[in-house]
Amino acid sequence: MTTLVARRMGAPLWLTVLAAGAVWLVAWFINLPLANWLAHDVLGLEAGSHLGDAVAFFLYDMPKVMLLLAGIVTVVSFLRSFVAPERVRLALAGRGVLPGTLAAAGFGVVTPFCSCSAVPLFIGFVEAGVPLGVTFAFLVSSPMVNEVALVLLWGLFGPGVALAYMAAGLTVAVVSGLVIGRLGLERYVEDYVWKIHAGDAALDFRPTFEDRVRDAWGSTVEILRKVWPFVVAGIAIGALIHGFVPTDLVVSLGGRDNPLAVPALVALGVPLYSNAAGTIPIVEALLGKGLPLGSALAFMMAVTALSVPELVILRRVMKPRLIALFVGVVATGILLVGYGFNLFLS
Amino acid sequence: MHLIEVLGPGCQKCQYTERIVREVVEAAGISAEVRHVTDDAEIASRGVMSTPGLVIDGAVVLAGRVPTREQVATWLGVA
Repeated sequence: MTTLVARRMGAPLWLTVLAAGAVWLVAWFINLPLANWLAHDVLGLEAGSHLGDAVAFFLYDMPKVMLLLAGIVTVVSFLRSFVAPERVRLALAGRGVLPGTLAAAGFGVVTPFCSCSAVPLFIGFVEAGVPLGVTFAFLVSSPMVNEVALVLLWGLFGPGVALAYMAAGLTVAVVSGLVIGRLGLERYVEDYVWKIHAGDAALDFRPTFEDRVRDAWGSTVEILRKVWPFVVAGIAIGALIHGFVPTDLVVSLGGRDNPLAVPALVALGVPLYSNAAGTIPIVEALLGKGLPLGSALAFMMAVTALSVPELVILRRVMKPRLIALFVGVVATGILLVGYGFNLFLS
Repeated sequence: MHLIEVLGPGCQKCQYTERIVREVVEAAGISAEVRHVTDDAEIASRGVMSTPGLVIDGAVVLAGRVPTREQVATWLGVA
């Protein structure tokens, strides 16, 4: 809103950006007192009661997650406009297997990725001579170690959890890439892929500062519009867990003593794709109730890295056998991360 | 007569790009054929790996972002 008003008044771009930042900060700091006031004073729900706690959690978490998302997505989309996959693949072709895989996992973190362009991306990589394993390292790390997940984790749980997630995610991506590369699966890529001659787009277009800001704002609006129902649902479920689910239940079902907890959470996470923003509030509530960190991270990773729609899209370039191996390798990595964190962080 | 190709498998941004292109063409009253390319192999063969991509008379002018009307007009020489 403010941004639009400022633009209409013909304010210079940097002033608009500054004003939007200031509005964001004010909203961030008045959020907690506002939520408490609404829940306890306006609605008259007692602090400490089940319903009061659930409602206060919802009223506080909803604006918090949306503010975090809006801020992060804008900043990251802006930064990402400096990295194009068309250039990344040139940097990845013609490297050794290990350096190439490490670089691909790293690039995956900063490169824009949308499952709708996964296929042209895959073809472009493979055709540029990027080895299959290196391409997979990128395909795993790009959706999994994404900015939305990282910064939400940082904002809600602190730097420790966010860095643990990033380190674990990169490890899964690198190991999956190395394993798939080692298996020599080129024959399971659909044959037509090898026949395409992928051209080199000579991109002369250099976006201006204004282009980048406009794009960043556009992506933010698009992403918020897409995810807000999931965030609402996630926070509502989180709020119910927060207010009503007894800690003992979470600990006994999802705790370290139940060896099936991690695989069950991974299986639960796969169909929840593109709802990373919605699952984080649920994870937040479950962690608060004593779910161990490893189980929570495994759940998050399954949500982001293994998604049914993306697999359906990738089926166009990969034979079923390769898809199955891809899922198997990545799922194994996620399980190991879950058990590992549960074992060593107690 | 220009040949304008919007590359994209049908995501929201690609639809939006096509709409902008059509509006510019109509407003300028020039003759141009607008094609929406959804085939992955064809998109990749243009060297575009992030969609939407925009190809004007065979040259890739844009990949991975939605253009403004002014940009499209400039590329078509009708600004």
